Amino acid sequence: MKDAETGDDKVNGIHETPMLDELEGGPWPSFVTGLKRLRDSKDKKYAPMMNDLLGQLEHSYEERLGFWKGGTLSVLGYGGGIIPRFSEVAKDYPASKEFHTLRVMPPAGNHYNTDILRQLCDIWEEHGSGLIAFHGQSGDIMFQGCTSEAAQPAFDAFNEIGFDLGGAGPALRTAMSCVGHARCEQSCFDGVRAHRGIINRLLDEMHRPAMPYKFKFKFSGCGNDCVNAIHRADFAVIGTWRDDIKIKQDKVKEHIAEVGRKYTIDTVVNMCPTRAISLNDDDTLEIDNKSCVRCMHCINVMTKALSPGDDRGASIMIGGKRSLKVGDLMGTMIIPFMKLETDEDFEKLEEFAEECMEFFADNALEHERIGECIDRIGVPAFLEAMNIPADPNMVNHPRTSSYVRTDDFNEEAAKYFERKAREAGMTVAADD
Amino acid sequence: MNDMSAKPRMPDEVGVPDPFPYMHPLSVKNYGNWDYHERKRPGVLCHVSKSGDKLFTVRAGTQRQMDVYTIRKLCDIGDEFADGHIRFTTRSNIEYMVADEAKVEPLIEALTEAGFPVGGTGGSISMISHTQGWLHCDIPGTDASGVVKSLMDKMHKEFVREQMPNRVRITTSCCQINCGGQGDIAVNVQYTKPPKINHDLVANVCERPAVVARCPVAAIRPAMVDGKPSLEIDEKKCVCCGACYPPCPPMQINGADSTKIAIWVGGKHSNARSKPTFHKLAVANLPNNPPHWPEVTEVVMKILETYKKDAKHWERMGEWIERIGWNRFFELTGLAFTKHHIDTWTGARKTMNASAHVHF
Repeated sequence: MKDAETGDDKVNGIHETPMLDELEGGPWPSFVTGLKRLRDSKDKKYAPMMNDLLGQLEHSYEERLGFWKGGTLSVLGYGGGIIPRFSEVAKDYPASKEFHTLRVMPPAGNHYNTDILRQLCDIWEEHGSGLIAFHGQSGDIMFQGCTSEAAQPAFDAFNEIGFDLGGAGPALRTAMSCVGHARCEQSCFDGVRAHRGIINRLLDEMHRPAMPYKFKFKFSGCGNDCVNAIHRADFAVIGTWRDDIKIKQDKVKEHIAEVGRKYTIDTVVNMCPTRAISLNDDDTLEIDNKSCVRCMHCINVMTKALSPGDDRGASIMIGGKRSLKVGDLMGTMIIPFMKLETDEDFEKLEEFAEECMEFFADNALEHERIGECIDRIGVPAFLEAMNIPADPNMVNHPRTSSYVRTDDFNEEAAKYFERKAREAGMTVAADD
Repeated sequence: MNDMSAKPRMPDEVGVPDPFPYMHPLSVKNYGNWDYHERKRPGVLCHVSKSGDKLFTVRAGTQRQMDVYTIRKLCDIGDEFADGHIRFTTRSNIEYMVADEAKVEPLIEALTEAGFPVGGTGGSISMISHTQGWLHCDIPGTDASGVVKSLMDKMHKEFVREQMPNRVRITTSCCQINCGGQGDIAVNVQYTKPPKINHDLVANVCERPAVVARCPVAAIRPAMVDGKPSLEIDEKKCVCCGACYPPCPPMQINGADSTKIAIWVGGKHSNARSKPTFHKLAVANLPNNPPHWPEVTEVVMKILETYKKDAKHWERMGEWIERIGWNRFFELTGLAFTKHHIDTWTGARKTMNASAHVHF
């Protein structure tokens, strides 16, 4: 806030921030109080930067406008991973005229110990502003606020302790995975392995951006989708299983004894989306596993009694994204089930990921996400390009429009029956 | 310059770090071998392994944008009261894993004492998933952390207890790109005016064909203005989405008369029960009013109260509305249904009621 006469908003060299000050009260932890702690660290070289940052933020609150512009900045050997920010009001707030963010990939599953967190803090205290977000919507640790000059030494220091820059721009982006096998009984595949396997294999596409647009992977251990993969990833890997839900009938009875029969009918039986559950007269559960869609609801409610089956793996949905430019898209089911257990299984997953990236690089237009690209050419063309057979699990229902050329329908049908026969373990003519 | 300084350090392309060195020893030991979990109290999970091991998790809210002092404080608590192993959830909550149940209560006390609310589990309102806003984004219509702080202060009670019908996931986004993602409630900037063009700058700053291509409704075309190559907008076509602003900052989309807030409801990512859904418009044109955004907070609290009172146990926001019907949703929340709630975008016909089903 500027003094009307002097044009100065500082008292004893500190920017006054009356609007931001109002965000210091209340029971939730205050980011403003944190910013002020950095500003008041007089022995630290970032203190003046944070003073001017607070001044600029207060200015934004007053004017209701942002005052950052982008630019280009990278570290040696890389073409992305840093979000450059230059102030448009640097004249008034010179110490924070450069306030860049380093996007750094977290360990898969966001696991840390206090020792590594302290090391990350020490590095950012030395080279940056002392402001860190765990984590950005991109999935990165966001080290916010360093000068252009400090970006390289900051990265070097992170890199020395085993951390690497994430993605930015038209490139493979930082991925996210849920807590998974490390702590969750509902996790249907090894998320750490899938996450690290795919990203580290395709790392070149992250560090040297050369794709039509961004490409994101996310890994959720089950249909609860704790990392929001289906909507927020171009390539969503979501855990599932093929065999029957496991039921411990004694635990079912205990659950019903505890919460009541009516409550169990209301919250478990009646809430099954495919009416696959019924409650027997003796308070045991019967599940029609052929009708079950692995939605996770009953397992969420009866955590002790029900659990995913043993024949586990993942579904892969392609094309999730946010608004720009055709509107929000959920990922579309492309691989209903991929077994994820052996080395070969994971190799197959990584190969498929690589093929999808290649398809994207070859076929998407500039600034087009893979979901939009598939929309433009149609799912059947994408399946053909990727050599994936059509599967009823890919659609809500078959087409309702007759405007399609079907002269090779019989050949396509023959392929379907052949595939079905193979899946059933029968030999088919083509294999002879 | 000597030889050492002439030789630059090349990056060690380590990629995604291995989490196993940081994980709790019981996580490593029981990796992929968990049996079930229960929630002892709000903010506390107990996972039981097939080996019989028990791992307790205490979850607490943070401000996401953290200064190193806050992070060190969280580490001090982790060393003194927990086992030193920490993770963050998708929604920036911190989780401490401990093997000994006796450590749970003192840990909760230490966190609460230090101002970190313990909760965010089960039928609670978890931390808002949000973006950068005025603090760091180059195209924001509003702030993120400030809106979130104002809302979380109001919703704090519902974070530390589990009294909502099901989990509530709220998001905020500072422009219509919607980086915050889908939510039971989404608080997003909604522009109401076409961009204002600074024709002096366009030719030098913007790659004009790319800007023309970016427009979702083909409302931008190249033009000479005052003898300068620039761009012009067909304002009748313009949907005020702001997509042209990032590649062409002289097309300013923000302004007191343009930058408003809309609230959306019923989005979810989870596959539990119903399929994942997008959020739908509840109300638009709320003022962008820092530092507390009271008009936004009031509507969000009203929607939450109504949901809490009316939804059945385990119904998410969108599932509740699906059951009672949109008619009743607007009635109960006191919000207006307008022509702007009726979709006009690609696929709009699929959002219409093509049946004789009517809610009275």
